[in-house]
Amino acid sequence: MITRLFGRKPDEQGEAVEDRFAVASQWQLTWWRFRRHRFATVSAVILILFYVLAAFADFFAVNDPHDTEARRSYSPPQLVRFFDETGFNPHVNVIRARRDPRTFRMVMDQSSKVSITLFARGYSYEVLGLFTTEVHLLGLKDAQPGEGLYLLGTDRLGRDVWSRLMVATRVSLTIGLVGVTISLFLGVLLGGVSAIYGGAIDMAIQRTIEIIRSMPTIPLWMGLAAALPSDWSVLQIYFAITVIIALLAWTDLARVVRGKFLALREEDFIMAAELAGAGQMRIIFRHMLPSFLSHIIAATTLALPAMIISETSLSFLGLGLRPPAVSWGILLQDAQNIEALALAPWLLAAAVPVIVVILAFNFLGDGLRDAADPYG
Amino acid sequence: MLSFVLRRFLLAILTMWIVSVLSFIIIQLPPGDFVDTYISQQAASGSSVSAAEAQALRELYGLGKPIWVQYGKWISRILVGDFGESMEWRQPVRTVIGDRLWFTTAISVCALMLTWGLALPIGIYSAVKKYSLGDYIVTFIGFIGLAVPNFLLALIVMYLAFVHFGINAGGLFTAEYELAPWSAGKAWDLIKHLPLPAVILALAGTAQLIRIMRANLLDELRRPYVVTARAKGLAEHRVILKYPVRAALNPFASSIAYLFPYLVSGSVIISIVLSLPTVGPLLVRALISQDMFLAGTIVLLLGLLTVIGTFISDLVLMWVDPRLRHQLD
Repeated sequence: MITRLFGRKPDEQGEAVEDRFAVASQWQLTWWRFRRHRFATVSAVILILFYVLAAFADFFAVNDPHDTEARRSYSPPQLVRFFDETGFNPHVNVIRARRDPRTFRMVMDQSSKVSITLFARGYSYEVLGLFTTEVHLLGLKDAQPGEGLYLLGTDRLGRDVWSRLMVATRVSLTIGLVGVTISLFLGVLLGGVSAIYGGAIDMAIQRTIEIIRSMPTIPLWMGLAAALPSDWSVLQIYFAITVIIALLAWTDLARVVRGKFLALREEDFIMAAELAGAGQMRIIFRHMLPSFLSHIIAATTLALPAMIISETSLSFLGLGLRPPAVSWGILLQDAQNIEALALAPWLLAAAVPVIVVILAFNFLGDGLRDAADPYG
Repeated sequence: MLSFVLRRFLLAILTMWIVSVLSFIIIQLPPGDFVDTYISQQAASGSSVSAAEAQALRELYGLGKPIWVQYGKWISRILVGDFGESMEWRQPVRTVIGDRLWFTTAISVCALMLTWGLALPIGIYSAVKKYSLGDYIVTFIGFIGLAVPNFLLALIVMYLAFVHFGINAGGLFTAEYELAPWSAGKAWDLIKHLPLPAVILALAGTAQLIRIMRANLLDELRRPYVVTARAKGLAEHRVILKYPVRAALNPFASSIAYLFPYLVSGSVIISIVLSLPTVGPLLVRALISQDMFLAGTIVLLLGLLTVIGTFISDLVLMWVDPRLRHQLD
């Protein structure tokens, strides 16, 4: 086996690779091409991890993200130390603060060393709506009242920033997915209709797209989002915001779909299918769709970061999701005040996942776009 | 050529009409009519509105009539420059907005100039010196510009300026000029403060344009006419600037039409973070306190701003690209 692999002359090997190339399916070629784009591959792994984290956000959270406690307002992140005099023993120093009864100021009392343990018991939550559990990834061993694990510190109301970040990740990442699904539907439908029917319909849809693209989107979103009734539930607001963002974001996808449709219509194999007597629906779904599906996937991936930025911006301004909902934008809202930020810079923690996820989606989209055309 | 200008002009008018309808919808969206809102807001602040006064207001805006009559009354008042009254400020909307629209325009235009001014030379550089250290640095900065939402960038800049230099990087004027009447000193103060918001606003757009410019120019540099120009013995900078750059400018220029609305949008958000006296913070406040005339007017004016910007850049595009001009003749 080994001799067979290494015993070949280089040109023979090249031929074998070519053979493999010639018989590979389109998806296989796409996959090979994608694997060559190293940034995109790494980004895909990062994004998968992020979505796993989003799916099991409560498991990765430590404390109840809504649990407020004035006494631990703005407590700084705890430093995790992995070793102590006994050897490997991950622990944090928990600083307990107490309000001085005479001056009412916060006084740092004493610090005690508390070990961190895996699969600790904490607040109870539902896993994917299936069953209830209290097990969390991290926790403190034998925590006394007043002791808690605050990896990224706490906010003004004493809520745990780390746990809030976990839950926010779920909201911000899914809002992008739901939004992109809606605009994908609109984009494919209108782009496809525009290309198939042409004429006045095409003209009308293209002008609509141009008009939408020349409007200042953020003020419009803000206006629409602010008009949502204040008595709506968190879930209703969530979907309304998603729809508002998606309504103005489908134009790019529609353009991609229309362009691909028009280009493919001229191809010989479509003509062959027509001559063979295939119906319009069969031609679209059996022959055209597989050849531009990969392009749509790439365009969709590139549309996702814009969605995430939109939601984050709206929530940041206080016009998107409303508390008690937690999203990256809502977390960053706490950091809007420069004095608060100077006092508690850890409030900017939500900026890190925003930047990483947006960057990863951009790289992934780039990689997919390159891979989408494996014959090029 | 004239038909092209005319077509773009008609499209601009159509866009403006749609924006005005959307603004009107935004004004109409809160439950109840705005006279109700007005009365309850006046009551909350201690003064009352007489029944006759309320009736007169309803008459003025045609409330109770079909919605298109209301729209007609509203838009015809707008066209003569009467934007209605801000409920929160109890002043005509026009007075409340005041100079703020000009500051929004100034920042957006400044950012646009900066985007062009940076993206063009950097794009050329990174295409000509492909895979050089400079190219990698520019690409890296470009990705940062793409990935960091501009409000976040503003926030980080504010934080760094505050922590490391102890200064407040926000605002468009230093305290002494803030309320002062216009003078040469105040104008100079404004010019000194404009670059920071403009840079923050321009970064994302610049990153995008550099990528487009680089890709386009790389395509052009492979063309045979570049070889011909070199073979003729032209100096390298002339070869590049005279032929491929001009050819690569076309898609570059057409992307400008979509950049201006984007910049105006972005200025709303970063103005809030940097507390700039533009229409952005005013819009957010108006929306939160349901001061709908003010909010609707601001959305309308921002729409007008971007429509004008898009129209101008269409004209610029036609002027820059002779191919487009000849095609249209």
